[in-house]
Amino acid sequence: MTTDLVNCTIDGVPVAVPKGTSIIEAAKQAGILVPHYCYHPSLPSPAVCRMCLVEVEKAPKLQPACVTTVAEGQVVHVHSPAAEKARESVLEFLLINHPLDCPICDQAGECELQNYVFQEGRAGTRYAEYAKRYNPVEDFGPDVLYVPNRCILCTRCVRFMDHVAQEPVLNVSERGDRAYIGIVEEQRLDHPWAGNVVDLCPVGSLISKDFLHKARAWEVDKSAGICPGCSQGCNVMIDTRDDVVVRLRPRPNLEVNRHFICDTGRLDYRWMNRGDRVEAPLAGSDGGARATDWEAAADALADLIRAARGPVVLLASGRASTESLGWLRRAVEGAGEVTAAVRIPRGEEAPLAGIPGLALRRERAPNGDGARLLGYTDAWADAVSAARGAALTVLLDAELTDDEAAAVQAGGALVVLGTVEDDRLSGARLVLPVTAMAEEQGTYVNRDLRVQRYLQAKGAPGMARPAWWVAAEAWARLAPGREAPATAAEAFAGLGEAAPAFAGLRYEDLGLTGRVLDAAAAGAGAAR
Amino acid sequence: MSGQAAPAGHPDVPYEPVFVGKTRERLEALFPKYPTRQACLLPALWMVQEARGWISPQAMAEVGEVLGLTPAYVKGVVTFYTMYHRHPVGRHVIQVCTTSPCHLCGSSDVVDALLTHTGCGELGATSPDGRFTVIEVECLGACGFATPVLIDDDFIESVTPERVPGLLARYA
Amino acid sequence: MGYPHPIHPRETVVLSKHFGDAGARTYDGWVERGGYQALRQALGMTPAAVTEAVKTSGLRGRGGAGFPTGLKWSFMPVGDGKPHYLVCNADESEPGTFKDREIMRWTPHQLIEGCAIAAYAIGAEVCYIYIRGEFTDPLAIMQAAVDEAYAKGALGADVLGSGTRIEMVIHRGAGAYICGEETALMNSIEGKRGNPRIKPPFPAQAGLFGMPTTVNNVETLAAVPHIITRGGEWYKGLSLGNPKSTGTKLFSVCGHVMKPGNYEITMGFPMKDLIHDLAGGMRPGRTLKAVIPGGSSVPIMSAAEAEAALCDYEGIVEQGSQLGSAGFIVADDSADMVYEIYRLARFYAHESCAQCTQCREGTAWTTKILERILSGQGKQADLDLLLDLADQMTGKTICVLSDSCAAPVVSGIRKFRDEFDAYLSGARGPVLAAV
Repeated sequence: MTTDLVNCTIDGVPVAVPKGTSIIEAAKQAGILVPHYCYHPSLPSPAVCRMCLVEVEKAPKLQPACVTTVAEGQVVHVHSPAAEKARESVLEFLLINHPLDCPICDQAGECELQNYVFQEGRAGTRYAEYAKRYNPVEDFGPDVLYVPNRCILCTRCVRFMDHVAQEPVLNVSERGDRAYIGIVEEQRLDHPWAGNVVDLCPVGSLISKDFLHKARAWEVDKSAGICPGCSQGCNVMIDTRDDVVVRLRPRPNLEVNRHFICDTGRLDYRWMNRGDRVEAPLAGSDGGARATDWEAAADALADLIRAARGPVVLLASGRASTESLGWLRRAVEGAGEVTAAVRIPRGEEAPLAGIPGLALRRERAPNGDGARLLGYTDAWADAVSAARGAALTVLLDAELTDDEAAAVQAGGALVVLGTVEDDRLSGARLVLPVTAMAEEQGTYVNRDLRVQRYLQAKGAPGMARPAWWVAAEAWARLAPGREAPATAAEAFAGLGEAAPAFAGLRYEDLGLTGRVLDAAAAGAGAAR
Repeated sequence: MSGQAAPAGHPDVPYEPVFVGKTRERLEALFPKYPTRQACLLPALWMVQEARGWISPQAMAEVGEVLGLTPAYVKGVVTFYTMYHRHPVGRHVIQVCTTSPCHLCGSSDVVDALLTHTGCGELGATSPDGRFTVIEVECLGACGFATPVLIDDDFIESVTPERVPGLLARYA
Repeated sequence: MGYPHPIHPRETVVLSKHFGDAGARTYDGWVERGGYQALRQALGMTPAAVTEAVKTSGLRGRGGAGFPTGLKWSFMPVGDGKPHYLVCNADESEPGTFKDREIMRWTPHQLIEGCAIAAYAIGAEVCYIYIRGEFTDPLAIMQAAVDEAYAKGALGADVLGSGTRIEMVIHRGAGAYICGEETALMNSIEGKRGNPRIKPPFPAQAGLFGMPTTVNNVETLAAVPHIITRGGEWYKGLSLGNPKSTGTKLFSVCGHVMKPGNYEITMGFPMKDLIHDLAGGMRPGRTLKAVIPGGSSVPIMSAAEAEAALCDYEGIVEQGSQLGSAGFIVADDSADMVYEIYRLARFYAHESCAQCTQCREGTAWTTKILERILSGQGKQADLDLLLDLADQMTGKTICVLSDSCAAPVVSGIRKFRDEFDAYLSGARGPVLAAV
């Protein structure tokens, strides 16, 4: 089916967009940002901020670009004197009651009011000698504070709760310049997805308690990531300051999470900053462990695999990358019979009502499907039991109960590819430091079999290396002529050799919004 | 209306629902007149105000429950409309028009007379005896009969300062 | 009109014939005075023919916008299978306007009949009459009249035995000027904040409860029965020569005149005569200074402009203002125009729904500047600032409340600059406490 295209010209740039497209979206196609506050592509448009007024030739007055659809032959001016004057005026109106407390405001540096005023606002105010509106800060819910003085009444938060979360606990209270965003005492902003109002707020009016005064926007480094919290695979931005993760925020992906992430995912990042890390390869067990270099460590791992006469058990974290899971599996192929399992915690599902197909999923690991495609099962307990009779057991960042920790040491040789130190595993022959998700790049496969890349957000501690590198180094030593991949991209490209679902796929094919695997090619591996 | 002293709204005072018995029946009789329950919100709030003299947070929650709306939603609506009292008011609420047409015709003097003779002293305040609350209202839509004053449900036209004491005497 | 003073010989009483006559309030009283014939007649016509008659009459919306009524009705889809709604806008709250109140108080059945005919014409089975909350008397009278009309079979499942269903519901507002704006009014009926909606979609496409809807003002609907019985041509012929402004209209006159009240005159009547003759003219020793003719939301006219204007849609535009709802606020030479403009700005600031930035912030800022001028702390630059703000408050927002605040400010500064200057220079002492 072909879509009817409409041709228009925006600031001299011709664009063709599907019929029904708003001017604001058509302008994006033309590479032109129409400044706006109330408009948000994932919310209904009320056209109230009046910031996106543009000049449309032949129209008697300026038109709101967010709700005006393009017409054939339309000529739009975003940067005409009248449109610029109107925006300057809206900015001035918004600023008369805005406190200008940017030096102590978390939003400074990523504030749309600050940015647009800097670009197009007046240098000084004419609202001299009048008092500004004042209302005290309010506690809205578990992670959200409301600073009404900064509020520009764009109502994105209200619309999010009304139409997307579908739990209308916020309102606009009062009228005129007395209006503010209201909540009632008996209700809290505690919906499992409520934290999105903080991202939606274009100014520093709704702020995260968790992020409060942690960093200035210009101090953080931003890396594209995938939320490791569940099998939905929401796209996130991992913000770090001085190599410390300070915040996770949603990164738009219209197919996966639109513009949102849940609060569980948003706030579950502290483990990424753990200090009790394994920092060097350790060889030798029972108190005799000593640090070694990677060359010796890789040799030792290859030796253990080669020496394994009997069943091999792999126990992996559901947060392990597709690359690591694949290469680990490949490294032990040809030893004994392999039992591979991945640990997937379970929890309650928490859907975001207004966005079909978006929920915090019961499967609380990002790569269960990747693991299954690569021959791992989630019969975790069975695999742990099997370790008792195994010739070789390899743990890949697996979280274990005390009983499980005992079980994995009751069989043959134990190798730990770990991120954090675990005193209980003193019987391990090798403890090899591997990177955690934030410290490496890799891919996860979400519940819809979408393979999505995440980039490295912070440095790895000590000598830690990605687990795929460790496994591949061992694999290369097990037979002549093998060459281990040197980069994550090569590691990913190599997956297809052992797992048909990934055949022919490269990082370039994935982009930063991922690609859905062909379900047929994924085959039985995807069965759950 | 506005006859009863309002309950304090104190958390220790158990809330007595408005929509029981006859009031409930009156509300339910409205349901078939509208395609949605939500459309009965303004009428329901009027019923609360008739029964209690004002609309407390608990009453907003009750209205929300009856109509399938959240308390926050109800509050957003209540605060939009100036005739809904969100605080207890005097036994009689006096609304006096002061918009331009009435101002031209001397409504300021009527306001002064009302504030003096009720003992309210200032707009928005309730008299010490709890008898009156005087509030300013924007255009009552009777500009040809300046100054109109609304006392409870009684719409009184052409009020002059001289008429004020006599008018007030009708309200105990 | 017949209340509170006798009919003036120069009035043409159609709508207001029975004002002051309590006997016209009951169903039987209305029937005795010729009522409900029009409804019976209309039900015997096709809906299209009813609409056509109204089109012929040239009747235009009496709420303020002056949109041709028949044309508005013809926008309603036919045979779309959806419920249609008629909404009667009885939220009369435009300062200076008090005509709908009198129609409802004295001739409730005139309005009910007009509503029923309109509902029939647009295929609506339900009509909501939205009456502002402060109108306690009209509310009680209209409710009683609707109940009586149901009892007499003029409303309900089988209107006057025609088989047509028309339900009528009185809906009480609760204090919000902006609910007089038709889309805000629809939101208010739906149990929402009275926020104006973006257009399109227009009410005839998606209005009340998302269904095709027509919103008409009380006075507009009250004129309909007369057009049906006497014909569109008759109504059109009442005009004093301007084919674009037809029929009679109720003009509310208030402020500094000897006989404030509603006067029903034919369109095109000289404004000078309306003020100086019908409304009794100025108080002894006083002279006319200004008229705000459309309710408060239109530019202020100077005495000269007012006395030169003809009372119809075009005639007032020619003199620099608009007819609006035809609520004339008359000010004589004792009036302090700066204060009155400030008072109007304060009104709009109070009534702004808070949606659009220019309106929410602009009305309040405008009020503060005027307050400052009145407190003796104004500066010359304030006038330029007021004009600049007014410019940015005009034509930029969802509805025209913000424009309405700007109109008196701009025209006031232009026409009564000396009064502003007197405050700015200190020639006139402050009338408000310092801010």
